[in-house]
Amino acid sequence: MSELSVKHLLGIKYLNKNDIKLIFETADHFKEVINRSIKKVPSLRDITIANIFFENSTRTKLSFELAEKRLSADVINFSASQSSVKKGETLIDTVNNILSMKVDMVVMRHPNPGAGVFLSKHINATIINAGDGAHEHPTQALLDSYSIREKLGDVQGKNVVIVGDILHSRVALSNILALKLQGANVKVCGPMTLIPKHIESMGVTVETDLRKALNWCDVANMLRVQNERMDISYFPSAREYTQQFGINKALLESLDKEIVIMHPGPINRGVEITSDVADSNQSIILNQVENGVAIRMAVIYLLASKIK
Amino acid sequence: MSKKELLSSKEIQIILHRLACQLLENHVDFKNTVIIGLQPRGIFLANRLTNLLREDYGVKEIHSGSLDITFYRDDFRRGDKTLEASKTHIDFLVEDKKVVFIDDVLYTGRSIRSALTAIQSFGRPSEIELLTLIDRRFSRHLPIQPNYRGRQVDAINGEKVQVLWKENDGQDIVYLINE
Repeated sequence: MSELSVKHLLGIKYLNKNDIKLIFETADHFKEVINRSIKKVPSLRDITIANIFFENSTRTKLSFELAEKRLSADVINFSASQSSVKKGETLIDTVNNILSMKVDMVVMRHPNPGAGVFLSKHINATIINAGDGAHEHPTQALLDSYSIREKLGDVQGKNVVIVGDILHSRVALSNILALKLQGANVKVCGPMTLIPKHIESMGVTVETDLRKALNWCDVANMLRVQNERMDISYFPSAREYTQQFGINKALLESLDKEIVIMHPGPINRGVEITSDVADSNQSIILNQVENGVAIRMAVIYLLASKIK
Repeated sequence: MSKKELLSSKEIQIILHRLACQLLENHVDFKNTVIIGLQPRGIFLANRLTNLLREDYGVKEIHSGSLDITFYRDDFRRGDKTLEASKTHIDFLVEDKKVVFIDDVLYTGRSIRSALTAIQSFGRPSEIELLTLIDRRFSRHLPIQPNYRGRQVDAINGEKVQVLWKENDGQDIVYLINE
């Protein structure tokens, strides 16, 4: 029970219930650490971590880097846009070159699904998937569940609705897997064009009426409309999307009970969620960001302890 | 495996009173002193001593907390197991305070070294002392000695000292275990 069952964090798919419990308990301790006046511990002083981002990111990249530095690891950062990837270098070559500089762990974001799994089969370092295309984003799902646990006491038995672009969202897939693993009830809600076929086979239900879904849930996780991944039009206009699937203060106040609002960021203010909802005290969006550092510290710490 | 009783419940009780009196002698009203139990096993001794000081020796206010040293240990990745953390609970400032670390057994001194680093995250104490129930002689890896000790024992490397507490293990007793 006191160690993870995996060597890499490639997706929630590869974790079991005990792994999640261990990550959360470890994150509790790190959350206490990052609220001290000196927010740093020396555990990973002999570990070097490379953050390799082939796709843009603000929160995840900063959060990982901060988590690594809080653990005293040495950190190198690499963004594809400023590198030899543009000159045609392959993924394995790029990473192997970085590893020749004696790097122990790689945190990677990549536009292709499965990039992390592929890399873990070819190189000798611990891999953490920081998002691979529309596939998985495990640390985001962990911090989302952790935030629910913090706000509501437990994830088990809670009703969670994931609203928006389920089709293109790695956050949605990882969240569904994590929430189901912990015994939550999950519903997805959005335009039918953005809901994958056969999603019911993952044990979730589909709802196209946002008000019904919100009245059912304890927590609503509002996803961003991922315009950059949409090669065709999935809905007529942003305005129509907002009318059907956006949350505003009036809708929130007309519900039978007070629900918790989450958003993985970046927010398209006024599209999936209005500013007054995002900044209301029902929203735990900024808690999610704070918890992200603690969760990533826990994941890095637990995986690093398996490096021999 | 053989097991020998080092201290009985009665002996532990006498030692606790002596240690409490020694602390009292040096710190009088505990206005400027804080008690820090080291996780996971030092907190029982720390709680016993603070309760004794409060109830039997009339110390009105005494700050006590617990410190987890897991993330400061020097054997991360050196063993087979992941080091599991415990809770740190320090809800006061240690800046310019006299700190008394409390642990059950002093062996190599490495935990205390880690605790000395860990406590710096909470400020700069004016002084740090160490109290342990059992001091294993001749086994130190570092130049660290206790200011207050319950009992000094000579134990060889294959032996283990096990301290059990009523509130956690059902009875107060100290064993020397030969594996």
